[in-house]
Formats: sequence, C-alpha cells, structure tokens
Amino acid sequence: MIIFWKIGEITDMDLFDIVGPIMVGPSSSHTAGAVRMGYVAGKLLGEPIQKAEILLYGSFLATGEGHGTRKAIVAGLLGMQTDDYQIADSFEIAAQRGMEVAFGEARLEEAHPNTAVICLNGISGKQTEVQISSIGGSRISIDKIDGINTGFSGECPTLIVHNIDQPGCIVAVTSMLAKKNVNIATMQVYRSAKGQQAVMVVECDQLIPEDGIVWLAGVEGVQKVTYFPGLTA
Amino acid sequence: MGYRYMTAGYHTLRELQEQAVLQNREVWEIVRNADMSENERSAEASFEKMTIMYQAMKQADESYNGALRSASGRAGGDGAKLQQYNAQGKNICGDFIGKVMEKAIKMGESNACMRRIVAAPTAGSCGVLPAVLLSYEEDFSATQEDLVKALYVAAGIGTVIAENASLAGASGGCQAEIGSASAMAAGALASLQGGDAETIMHAAALALKNMLGLVCDPVAGLVEVPCIKRNSCGAVNAVTSAQLALAGIRSAIAPDDVIDSMRRTGNQLPACLKETSEGGLAVTESARVYQRHSNKRRIEK
Repeated sequence: MIIFWKIGEITDMDLFDIVGPIMVGPSSSHTAGAVRMGYVAGKLLGEPIQKAEILLYGSFLATGEGHGTRKAIVAGLLGMQTDDYQIADSFEIAAQRGMEVAFGEARLEEAHPNTAVICLNGISGKQTEVQISSIGGSRISIDKIDGINTGFSGECPTLIVHNIDQPGCIVAVTSMLAKKNVNIATMQVYRSAKGQQAVMVVECDQLIPEDGIVWLAGVEGVQKVTYFPGLTA
Repeated sequence: MGYRYMTAGYHTLRELQEQAVLQNREVWEIVRNADMSENERSAEASFEKMTIMYQAMKQADESYNGALRSASGRAGGDGAKLQQYNAQGKNICGDFIGKVMEKAIKMGESNACMRRIVAAPTAGSCGVLPAVLLSYEEDFSATQEDLVKALYVAAGIGTVIAENASLAGASGGCQAEIGSASAMAAGALASLQGGDAETIMHAAALALKNMLGLVCDPVAGLVEVPCIKRNSCGAVNAVTSAQLALAGIRSAIAPDDVIDSMRRTGNQLPACLKETSEGGLAVTESARVYQRHSNKRRIEK
C-alpha cells in the first residue's frame, strides 16, 4: 500500500529526536539544532576550517544571544555533538585552533525563522556556503548549498553531486549505489538550465563505501561529489 | 516541503490506536515497530536506545544543583525551594503532584544552566515528561522497563504532533512545546496506569486542549521566564488529563482534530508571539528590568 501523506512540518523524523537528543541546554532549536547546523556545514566543507562567516536570520538573530546559538554553531563547526559540555567554550577553542569566526545578519526572503547562512573557507582554499534552518526540536534542514536549493535533513547518509546537465550522470550515481547495495530513500535533481550546471541530492538508507564515492568523482561530467554520512554516523 | 509518500507506520493518533487494536498489541509496540522498520534497528537496539534516554533523564534529575544560576544570573534555585517545602510536609497538592512539580522545575532550571538534559520534545519543555515518569517510578510500583515502554508511547504521540503540527515555539508558540510535552506525558501516564489505546489518545488530547493558544514569549530571549515554571504547569496538566481519561472521560473533540487545531492556531499566531520576544510577557516593564540585569551581568563577565 502506498499512502500519499500531507505533512505538517517534518517527515522522516527519528523517534529519538522526539524523545531526545541528550543535549546541553538551554534550547533544542537554538542550541542543539545550532550545533548540528555547524556540524553539517563543517562536514560539507570536508576539511579543517580557516575562516567562518555566520549570518543569522529571524529568531536566530533576535534571541540567539541568550540561547548560546553563536557558540553552538561554532561548536558544531569544531565537530562537537549536542551533549558536549565544551559548547559554552567554543569561541576560545576556535581561537586556539586558529579558526577565524565572524558574525553578521542574513538578509533573506521567506526563510524559516531559525535560519543561518554559513560561509566557510578551508585551509586548502576550499569554499562553501550553506543555508540551514533549525526546524524544531533539534532537527535541521539544509536548504541551500552554494546557492542551489537542496532541502535535506542530514539524518541519513546523503550524497550531493554537482555535475554538467548531460546524459549518464544520474545513471552513474544510481548504478554505483545499486552495486554497493545502498538503497535510495529520496532523490532530488535540479539544474540551472538545460545543459548547464546540475545538482543531485540523494538521501540513502545505508552508508556509502568510500571507493564508490571516489569512483563517482572520476565520472565524466561529474564536477564535485560531497558526502555527508549522517548526523548519527 | 511538500508531499512525500510513506509505506509504513502511523501518521495520526487514530492510526496509532487502530493499529494497536487490529494487531492486538500495546501502543508502545506499534511505536517501537515503526522505529525498527523506518530506521533499521533491531527490537533490542531500539529498546536500548530508549532506555539510555530514560537513564539520562534520571541522571539529569539526580544531578540537579540548586546552587547553580543561569547565564542571566536570575534562573535557578526554585527546585530546591520546592524540595524543601515538600519535605516539610506542607504540600497541599498531595505527595505525587508535589513531586511532579518539584522535578519539572528542577529539570527546567538545569536546562537554563546549560546542564545536560533530554529534549522531550524540546529543551524548553524538557521537564514535563521526566517529572511525570520519574515521580511515577518512585511512588508507584513500576519497573524501569515499564517506564521505557511509556517513553515509547510519549514518543509516538510526539511524532504524530510533529508530523501534523509542530514542536517548535518559533513556528507554533509554546502550545507546540509545553503543550506537546504535556500531551506526550499524559498519554505515557495513561499507559502506565493500564489505559487502553483509546484512553491513551484521549489523555493526550485532553492535555493538549488545555494548552491551545499558549504563546512563546521568552523574556530577554532566554529559556528561563516563563519557560521553567510552565514545565511544572504542563506536568501537572498531564497528570490531571490522564486521570480524566482513565476515569472514562473522553475529549468531545477527536484527538487528531485537537492536533489540527493546534497547527491552525499556531499559524494564526502573530510572529511577535512565536519566540521573537516581541510580545506577551517579553515586552512588559518587568521583562525590561530582567533584560537589563542579564545584559549587565554579561558585560561584567
């Protein structure tokens, strides 16, 4: 039986995000969710961060200070989890590690009230800009990567493939996953224009083996492969 | 997000209840089974994870420190006052309710003081569920296993609310946080007392109805005022709602309709009453004094 279900706000939530996570207070959306936002952004960059510019929007901007939101995002960028007592000391730890952190205001239209735009520069010069929102409890939604709409939760292994819009790229991804016995949970495909820049966001039920990702990066037409193993991995 | 298809699980309280009845299972089993199939966990792994959540709640309760103060310097110590008051035998609410109130305030204060807690469903509402469950374990003859099963019931109710409404103060107001926590705790308590699936759903509905329209108006943008004390209110509301349902009283509004109206009410609330600190208690003269105090303290630090 297949049911098409109209959702309220979130789908595919983990039961242990409803009762859980175990976290350091005071706010699940503004502290724990913010830690996760930084964590995902850092993983999406894929290398140690040299400079982070964090732009806050809506309620994050208005009430973030008292909730430790800024400290929490930086803690996540440093790789901390939601129950880490060092969240409160994240600014000092970032300074010790030579990570430059700056904050500002994000000017967005029609974004979720708890949104941040995180711009990262890595030590080898890699850059990424991620727009993420904290959508309730400690759940998050990765809304945009480098200006392209995405909209995934980060709760399961996720593959983000930047490619040229040409035949063969989608089948390369799906056949690799099939060979590795990885099931696709959701798949979103976007392109800027016919034959131009395209992006695939593939959420999976199992972890993707590293050799599969390396292989994919070498496929003709594929420009960049980003893999996020999931928040609980 | 738009439409997405699902092939397993429950999406309404009615479905949760019907599955329990049709499969001749307890509600907690339906919730656990859905977790097993959706997240590929074994029954043991799922139960162990939930047990860890319960034990973390217990640790948080036991490690309460009445001497701690929050970032603003204003929150903390009230749990110790309640403990002292209860110990003096002056309790006018009865031992169980007295204990529930005490534990709820303690947990809310621990959260404000950046201690480790279990969000259930959120950090701001983290006191409601453990207050009811931990007090029950202490005062009634229940095993830890029983309590973990009750946590599943709570999680199942929370899942349905998340799917059909919201658990975030920023999008639904406090009804989505303390209200949801209260509904979850009411259902959990009804199940601990042997209530059937229908009784559990109505306990949750009765609790949520009492919280409809509650706004999120944190003073100085902090999870302190009025959040901490609302945990105590939500916990007591859960106990009374469970008792009403266990006595056979039913919500005239179907449980899923209550959740729908919570979503609608949340959408109709203006932004100033949804965690922006631009309305409600947050814009009173007392709130300005509180804010000044907390700003001053931050500068001094």
